[in-house]
Amino acid sequence: MTTTAPEAGRSPTRERPPTGRRPVTLRQRESRAGLALVAPTLLVVVAVIGIPIVWTVLLAFQRVRLATLRKTGLFGEFTMSNFDRVLHTPGFADTLWTTLLYAVGGTFGSIAIGLVAALVVRRPFKGRTLVRASMLLPYVAPVVAVAFVWQVLLDPQLGLVNNWGQRFLGWDTPIPFLSQDSTALWTVIAFEAWRYFPFAFLFLLARLQAVPGELEEAALVDGATPTQRFRHILLPQLLPVIALLSLLRFIMTFNKFDDVYLLTGGAAGTEVVSVRVYQFLTARTDIGAAAAQAVVLAVVLIIFVGIYLRFFTARKEA
Amino acid sequence: MDRDRIETVTLRWLRRLVIAGFLLVTVLPFYYMLVLSVRPIERLLLDPGALLVPFGELTVATYAEVLKSVEEGGQGFLTFIRNSGIVAVSATLLTLLVAIPGAYAVSRLRFFGRRQVNFLFLAVYLFPSIVIAIPLFVVFTRAGLRGSLLGLVLVYISQTLPVSVYMLKNYFETIPVSLEESAAIDGAGRLGIIRRVSLPLAAPSIMAVALYDFMIAWNEFFFALLFLVDKPNRWTVSLGLSLLSDGVEVPKTVLMAGSVLLTLPIVILFFASERLLTEGLTSGAEKG
Repeated sequence: MTTTAPEAGRSPTRERPPTGRRPVTLRQRESRAGLALVAPTLLVVVAVIGIPIVWTVLLAFQRVRLATLRKTGLFGEFTMSNFDRVLHTPGFADTLWTTLLYAVGGTFGSIAIGLVAALVVRRPFKGRTLVRASMLLPYVAPVVAVAFVWQVLLDPQLGLVNNWGQRFLGWDTPIPFLSQDSTALWTVIAFEAWRYFPFAFLFLLARLQAVPGELEEAALVDGATPTQRFRHILLPQLLPVIALLSLLRFIMTFNKFDDVYLLTGGAAGTEVVSVRVYQFLTARTDIGAAAAQAVVLAVVLIIFVGIYLRFFTARKEA
Repeated sequence: MDRDRIETVTLRWLRRLVIAGFLLVTVLPFYYMLVLSVRPIERLLLDPGALLVPFGELTVATYAEVLKSVEEGGQGFLTFIRNSGIVAVSATLLTLLVAIPGAYAVSRLRFFGRRQVNFLFLAVYLFPSIVIAIPLFVVFTRAGLRGSLLGLVLVYISQTLPVSVYMLKNYFETIPVSLEESAAIDGAGRLGIIRRVSLPLAAPSIMAVALYDFMIAWNEFFFALLFLVDKPNRWTVSLGLSLLSDGVEVPKTVLMAGSVLLTLPIVILFFASERLLTEGLTSGAEKG
């Protein structure tokens, strides 16, 4: 619990006589105070996050339904049947594939748009603060509200996009963006990129502003054009942030529930794993199967992140 | 003209164009939301492409319908706003109560497991909420916490804690240790130092964290859906709005009025504190 062991090793000369208790050192008091202050945080995290994670794994190996919940304890009979059922239910592989496409598309889109946004507002101009603030709007606004605005905007009957598309772009018929298989997934990915580009924008802008001015000035003196300066000066500076953002956004998007659930409800080929878990949990009230799906989701995610980290750290060393 | 000149001129114009494009895509949806919310549905059906409302057409009937209680034939949003307010404010205050000492300890005090704590927070921040949701659903069902706002507040605290501690920790680290040491020499205890020295200095950062927590809790949808869906009088604004669209008879203009009510507090808070918030969130990002 405390740091007595290294303390004792470091100060053998200050041995106290064996009679009486060792007084508490300042360092020990600091350590105790630290643990006491951090305890509430740890308690909440362990109680509301840690225990549930372990529990999900346990549930995944048991036959639990909401109706039989009162009878099952923490450790019931363990079985693999949930995984068997989950992996062999039709559509599981499709869902996983959709989730992957969605996560990769959303991550790439949001970072690419965020990068462009960061580059254009980098230098001061009139109204910059306002532009910067508006660019953050999609990210701070409530997901339910923005999902509905998109739904209405893209609505085939009274949506602005279809109305203008027919009037100005010469579309023959309205496009049901969110309800036909050929466009739904792309629309959801576009929504994801739109909603989360501000996240990438914020971090990239912060990094851009920390790039020392001398670097670019030196390149300017050497006759580098703006695109060359971006390619050879700015981009290398930004790459670590981009790599980190890719990882964060991928993990976040891979688990995302709200956006897809609100936009399409998982219809038209947009069913991602978390929406499927939710449906197992509430519509079928099959807790065991839902837990098994969640565990599969987490494992797949950990594998992807592992591959990414491996690839990334390997390249860094080379 | 050489390549440099061509690029510079092209990029200058491209930049203006792109900024205009960004403004359009980010602001237009919100403007559209507002416009639709004050138009009668019949007018919208006749002319869905209009972005300006003739003055005579303006109506607030949509807002009246959304806000009126269910008994009066409305959608009961006043109750939802109250619920959301209670949940968001209590989650914010409790998160701060837990996060401030925690962040202080992580930034200042050497204790066993300090490095692991940092890692733990990152893991928590990134862990899929759907995985956590299942056992919480089970526990809350058994403990009778499902359908109570208390359970929701508890979950929100755990969701906002990692980022709150992280932001506060970064700020505490910028406060010179010497200030605290001189207070210690003057005889202040650990808690006295936190209360008299660190907290006043960290006030702007605490404000930013409070705003962040409030926004997360106000906007949250998934856990509200999971825990409160059976109890209409406990719905938050996000949940109430999302379930509003299930009713076929609710016109889109009313839906947009609800969306405006959900978005407005957040947008106002955000514009009032934009600088504070973005600096708080990205401080430390420069380190790479």
